[in-house]
Order: sequence, then structure tokens, then C-alpha cells
Amino acid sequence: MIAPRAMRLMLGAALLAPLAALGAAPAAGQDFAITNATLATGDGSEPVPGATVVVRGGKVVAAGTGVAVPAGIQAVDGTGKWVTPGVFAAMTSLGLFDAEGIEESDDSSARGSPFGAALDVAPALNPVSQHVAVARMAGITRASVFGTPSGSIFGGQGAVVDLGADPQMVVRPRAFQLVVLGERGARIAGGSRVSAHALLRNALREARQYGSDAKITGGRGGQPLRTGDDIPVDPRLLDTAANREDVLLTRFDAAALVPVVNGTQPLYVAVERASDIRAVLALKTEFPNLRLVLVGASEGWLAAREIAAAGVPVIADPVDDLPSRFEQLAATQSNVGRMVAAGVKVALGNLAGSTGDQPKNLTQYAGNLVALTRVPRASGLSWGKAFAAITSVPAAIAGYEGRFGVLAPGAAGDLVVWDGDPLEVSTAAERVFVDGVEQPRDNHQSRLRDRYRELDESQLPEAYDW
Amino acid sequence: MLRNFLLATAAATALSACAATGDQPAKSASAAAIDKNPYPSTYRPYPGTPTALVGATVFDGAGGRIDNGTVLFEGGKVTGVGGPDLAIPAGFTRIDGTGKYVTPGVIDIHSHLGDYPSPGIQALSDGNEATSPTTPEVWAEHSVWPQDPGFSRALANGGVTSLQILPGSANLAGGRSAILKNVPARTVQGMKFPQAPYGFKMACGENPKRVYGSKGRMPSTRMGNIAVDRQMWLDAKAYDGKKRDLAKETLKGVLDGEILVQNHCYRADEMAIVMDMAKEMGYKVTAFHHAVESYKIADLLKENGVCSAIWADWFGFKMESYDGIPENAAFLQNAGACVIVHSDDENGIQRLNQEAAKAQAAGRRAGIAITDAEVIRWITLNPARAMGIDTWTGSLAAGKMADVVLWNGNPLSVYSRPEKVWIDGALMYDADDPKRRPVSDFELGQPGEGDVK
Repeated sequence: MIAPRAMRLMLGAALLAPLAALGAAPAAGQDFAITNATLATGDGSEPVPGATVVVRGGKVVAAGTGVAVPAGIQAVDGTGKWVTPGVFAAMTSLGLFDAEGIEESDDSSARGSPFGAALDVAPALNPVSQHVAVARMAGITRASVFGTPSGSIFGGQGAVVDLGADPQMVVRPRAFQLVVLGERGARIAGGSRVSAHALLRNALREARQYGSDAKITGGRGGQPLRTGDDIPVDPRLLDTAANREDVLLTRFDAAALVPVVNGTQPLYVAVERASDIRAVLALKTEFPNLRLVLVGASEGWLAAREIAAAGVPVIADPVDDLPSRFEQLAATQSNVGRMVAAGVKVALGNLAGSTGDQPKNLTQYAGNLVALTRVPRASGLSWGKAFAAITSVPAAIAGYEGRFGVLAPGAAGDLVVWDGDPLEVSTAAERVFVDGVEQPRDNHQSRLRDRYRELDESQLPEAYDW
Repeated sequence: MLRNFLLATAAATALSACAATGDQPAKSASAAAIDKNPYPSTYRPYPGTPTALVGATVFDGAGGRIDNGTVLFEGGKVTGVGGPDLAIPAGFTRIDGTGKYVTPGVIDIHSHLGDYPSPGIQALSDGNEATSPTTPEVWAEHSVWPQDPGFSRALANGGVTSLQILPGSANLAGGRSAILKNVPARTVQGMKFPQAPYGFKMACGENPKRVYGSKGRMPSTRMGNIAVDRQMWLDAKAYDGKKRDLAKETLKGVLDGEILVQNHCYRADEMAIVMDMAKEMGYKVTAFHHAVESYKIADLLKENGVCSAIWADWFGFKMESYDGIPENAAFLQNAGACVIVHSDDENGIQRLNQEAAKAQAAGRRAGIAITDAEVIRWITLNPARAMGIDTWTGSLAAGKMADVVLWNGNPLSVYSRPEKVWIDGALMYDADDPKRRPVSDFELGQPGEGDVK
């Protein structure tokens, strides 16, 4: 099945027939091998030439040099090609809009909603959004999707998705909760960081109490609250059987935060300034079960040792280097390199738009971090580390270590065949597989390209060229 | 390709002659004469040393490539461009460029540095005079904050040596642009590109009708956009100049070919209407900016000699950008139309070379091969022409300003960065010298001051 398609591609065919039409049942994963390609496994190691990848039943069964192709498996010659795991785009809006500026199509935020933490992006996800198709053809096979906080400091519950051209986009709903602090959180919370922190603490305490009342683990019972200083905390602020009539949280929102306070669901916290980062790390003393992930953290390098010591991973904007806000005064493209050098687990992400911040630019920005290794005094990443920062690391932060973002036995058959170094701007993904299923290459952009390749209306208008 | 520029170049040349004299305040002119240059450039090149860049691959910006090339500059001007046999005069400092690349300074035709600076706070939001749909009377140079840290990033990471600061696109007629050299200065006059003409920002499509429609006033539709535009031009043509009117002075400058129209316009059908409106009213559009649909009318754009200033791959962030495709630049180039890669973004301006490379690669995959040297023109000579400054910069040629970038690899690779940047022969950025990079007043004494960025 695979050889004819491969042949057409090798011959330079611009398009492949869609294999998995939307609406049809998900296609079964194919069994195939790609041989003699340059392999980057995504685990942080450097690429190796002359390698083989074997996929069977939708999973990777082997990847490396000296791998034999099992009998009965169709092999495709990958000479001159690179093979890698699919890119994992952390913190995107994929599937939540057709165009972010078309209000009618945009489900990425909900300023007028009565809910915050309870919001759940999963039912809104649309796998046929053109942005999903474009990201897929750029080699992105998995992503995390978040709702943008606007009416509440909480964005609600984000999902882990795959970008396969099939109806099942959600891999894991309610995979994480998002809260924004810093300048944006302050504005939403009524005008100050002080208020944002009060709202967050109130919400987490309510959720903890809600959890106790509901006999859900995570409540702290009557233990004294240790705040790190010696000013006693008013007992009415503690988790007692307090009157619940004054809460600022709906029951739905409080329930949604129970898995956050008991540590079953990660809490992603969007902050930039070093002092804001430290204030987030300090939350662990009050709420020890929190599983924190920092998002943004453009001043993370100033607090890198503390972040590393806390074991908190970071999803960073890869190339922010401007004081776009006062909370980003120390932003530098060396931020990621410095954090990684300090032992922080850093994924690149937070490309949630469709301009310079579109997810497809992840490979380019990872390449920029490699470029920094050749700039005096700058801190970049080795090629292998940079590629891991858009594959295995974001997958691990999302809870899929060893399953997504790597080519290793047992991992999902998400792989990409590139026409060169995937971090180079001139490179394109030639073939993309999700769970071993080869993905279609057609989208709105490719159809426009084909229509307007020649401007010939001598016989009929362009509208008939399709 | 050259033919497309005839009109623009003619206009620029006419203007430069005019502006060359206008650069001095018109003190001796008659009382009725209007000083067309009341905020003149005070920029003077900084000192440099006679320099010979040898052994590098040279892209001259005009489509030429010289392997193992030699570039000489002295006294702020390029004095020679050639191969390894080009004689190096005595007293020149030799810089070995083996394995490296040399290009003219990168030029961004569409930037809001200074008028939408960092930090992006309300107090510094000076890009849109969004109180009337037509504000030809405003001049971007009166908004530019010279301390915007973005200028330094564009220099050090992007090799940008000249740029056009435009008013925003809320208005149909947004006002005059400012063309700057990317040299830090205490005043905007200290950055102004000597003798550069003014540009005039116009916008069609969604932004003006949204901004004013939401205020319950005209225009609220695309037909309203064009109606307001046409009446504006008719009123300008009827202006007799007896009583000074800043808006009409700008419009007259456009009608006289002294001021170059930079027109924000996404959709092909709207660009076609604007080109007809320009003919109806007697002016010329020099470049359509953000022209994501130019590829649909590449023939028309070529015929009218209008450049397209575009991104490599932005698409689908609003309805009028929904049909953006990565092959836009290549299709235009293939049709013989003029291509400029622009940023409109304080981050994108740091990577115009990479954006151009992405557009080149998309073309190659669609069967359109465009050489590296030709692609470099998209971010050097082509924008210089459309800004009316190609007489002085935009390519490496004897007599031109020594605006030069030495890259540590092919600038069309993601792995390459500027190593040294000269503006008028003065070394303004040196990756090997921690102090040879600008730090704005805003950054002094704050976290990250003087960092590599």
C-alpha cells in the first residue's frame, strides 16, 4: 500500500491523494519501515545518518542504525531524507478558531462567560480548522490546546490532541488547568497582582474544601497553615466548614479545581517576571500537591536555579527578547538556553496565533536557538536539545513521556519525513504519519496554490480550475 | 523586474532632487513658500575605518553574487565591490570573511518601531490617530520614541540598517511615514534618513470600516471606504493653497509624486479597485503592504508597476488574510512583479532573512527556482526602491552608503546571524565586542541591561 505513494512522492508529485478522509472511520495504522534516512529520535540525542524506523500497528517498534526490516514489512528508501517524531506543539489554540480575528469563528476565549476554571475546550475542538491542517503539514502531530483566560484568571481545562485528519482530535480532555497571573492576571482580577493572588488562593481553598466535603482526597483537614512567616492566618481564611455563601467561585468552577489542588491535574501558570515566578513557586508551600508548570517565563533565567530546584517544568516562548511589557524587561533569546543549563526542563511553545506566532514556526524558532550557540556570550541549545524541546520535552510535560515526541519502541507511530534538516527554514515535511496513518497533504492553501500557479482565464474563469 | 520600478524610481528621483535642497531649512525662500522639510535630519555618519571584507560570499542586493568576494568601504561609502583580485588600497583594515556572507544592510519597509514601541503600554501607543478616518496631516516622526529597545534588536539580530516607520492602519489615510537609519539617537531627527522622501500610509479593507463603523460613523463598509477616499482626493485636488492645510499639503505631495503611497491592502479585488482609484485621481500606489492575495493578480500588479510588501506565511488571522499562501512571493517573482518581504512586527523584523528564505523554499517546491542573490533583493534593494532611497542604499555598489552586514553564514539559513553591522561605514554592532551594541535609555539600570538579547 505504501510503496506506490512513496514512489509518487519520490518522483516529485506535488500532492498525494488524501488517505484518511474526514468523516470516515479512522484509518488503521500502516505497517512500514523507512530505511537509510537521517534519524533524530527526539530524545535530545544528535541526529544519526543511515538509520531505519519500523512502524507496526500504529506504534514504533524500532528506530536506529543497525535495525533490520522485519519480513513482510514494506520498506521505503529514505536516502537524503530526515525522519523524526512528529512535533509536539505545546500551548496552542489549534482547533479553536478558523481565524482568530473572525469573532464568530473564535472559541479561544470567552470574556462574557460566567465560568472560568470549569471551561473545557474539548467539545469545541474542530479538527478541520485550516490551522490544524497547516500545522499538520508542517510536521506537528500532537499539541496541547488551551483556552485563553479573559473573563476569569482561569482559562479552564486544556486538552492534549492529535492533529490526524480524522474526527477524533482529543487524546486527553481536561489534561491541565490554566491560570494567568502577572500583568494580565492582575487586569482580569480587578487591577492588581494582589487581587489575582487572592482570587487564586480563594479558588484553591474553596476547591480544597469542596474536595473535603465531597470526600475527594486532597483536603488538608485541620492541619495548621504554614505560610513561612510568623503572622498568624485568620482561621476564617483556613479550610474550615466555613459558610460558603460568600465564595467568588461557582460550584462548577470549584469542582473543576479539585483535581488541581489534589495534584491529579497539572496547573499551568502563565507568568513572565522573575518575582512573579518566585511567587508561583511559593504556592507549593500552601498547596503542596500542586503540579505546577510555568508558561511564558521570559525572565525565567533570572530564577533558573529556583525553578530547577522546585522541579517545575517550563513552556517558554522561544525567541522573546523584547521588554514587550514591564514584566519582561530581562527577556532574551538566551532565556531557554540558560534555563536548560541550570537544569530546568524547558519546552518551546505558547505559539497560539496565526501570524509570527503560528505553531508551524516551532521548528524555525528551535533552529534559532541552535544559531545562538554560534553567537558569542549567548546561550543556545545543541541541535538535539533544541529538537527535544519541540518533541519529547513538551510531550513529557503533557504526561506522555516515551509515548509521544520520540521514536522509540512502544511510542506512537507519529513520524515525519522531511526533505532536509527539520530546523532549517528551507525544509518541508514531505510525509506525515499520525498513529502510523499517513496524512493528507491538501488544504485550503495548497488548493489556492494549485489554482493560481498559472493565471490563465482564456477559456474559463479561475473558479473552474479545481 | 526593472520595468516595474520605472515609475517608482522616477518618482523617487524627482523627489530626492527636491528633498536634497529641502534638507536645508528654506530660510531664503519667499514668505509664501512652504518649508517642506521643517524637521530636517540631523543624522551624521559616525566615524569608521577604511575596511576591506575579503573572502566572503557577497550578495550585492541587486541580484548579483560574488564568491570569494571583496567589498571595500571608506569615508562612509562603498568604494569597491569585486572578486579576490580587487586591489585593496593601503591603510584598509582587512576582515577575513572566509566561510561568511556579506549583504547590504537589511531594510524593512513596514515597521512600527517607535510609534508602537516596547513596552507596549497605553502611554506609548502612538501609532493610530484613530479619531478620524482620514488623517493625512499626521506625521509618524512626531510619534517615534527613539528609545524603543526594538531598534537595537532589529540591528543586532536582523542586520536592519534602514526602515520605514508607518502610522497604523485604523485610518484610510493614516499619515506620513518616517524613514530612518537604524542608528540610535536622542531625537528622531537624529535617526532620519537624509534626503529620504516621505511615504503616505493608506489602508483599505477591514480595519477602517471596523474602527469607524463601530463608532457609528462613516466608513462602515468597503464602499464607504472608497467613497471617503475619493472625496478626500477630490478635495485635495481642489485645494488652492491659500490657507495652509496640513492634510492637503500631504495629499498634494502625493499627487505631485513627491510622497510615495504605502497602501495596506490584503485582498486582490480591493487592490484592483485602489489601482483604478489612483488612476482616477492622478496618483500612484508604490506598494501594497500585507498583500497576502497579490498572487491572484500578479499580472495586474506587474502591469501597474506596484510592489507587494508581504510576509512569508502569515495567514488566517482575519477574514481578509484567509487566502494567504506561502507561495505568494514566488508567484509574484515568477510573473515579473516586484516582491518585498516586510515585517510589521518587532519580532519579525529580527528575522526578515529567514522569512525571505521560507518564501523562497515554498516557491522551489512549487517549481519556481529563485536564486539566493535574487531573494536577498527582497529585503534590500526592492524595499529601498519602494521607499525612494535606492539612490543611496539597498545594494553594494561604489558610491552608495556603506550599509553592510557580515553574516556568520548564509543569511538564508536559520543558523546564521549578523556578526558585524556597519551603517555609513561605522561599525554599529559587533557580536565579538560586548560593548558594540546599543542599549536604550529605557534599559539602563534595569534587569537585562546590555545582555546578548
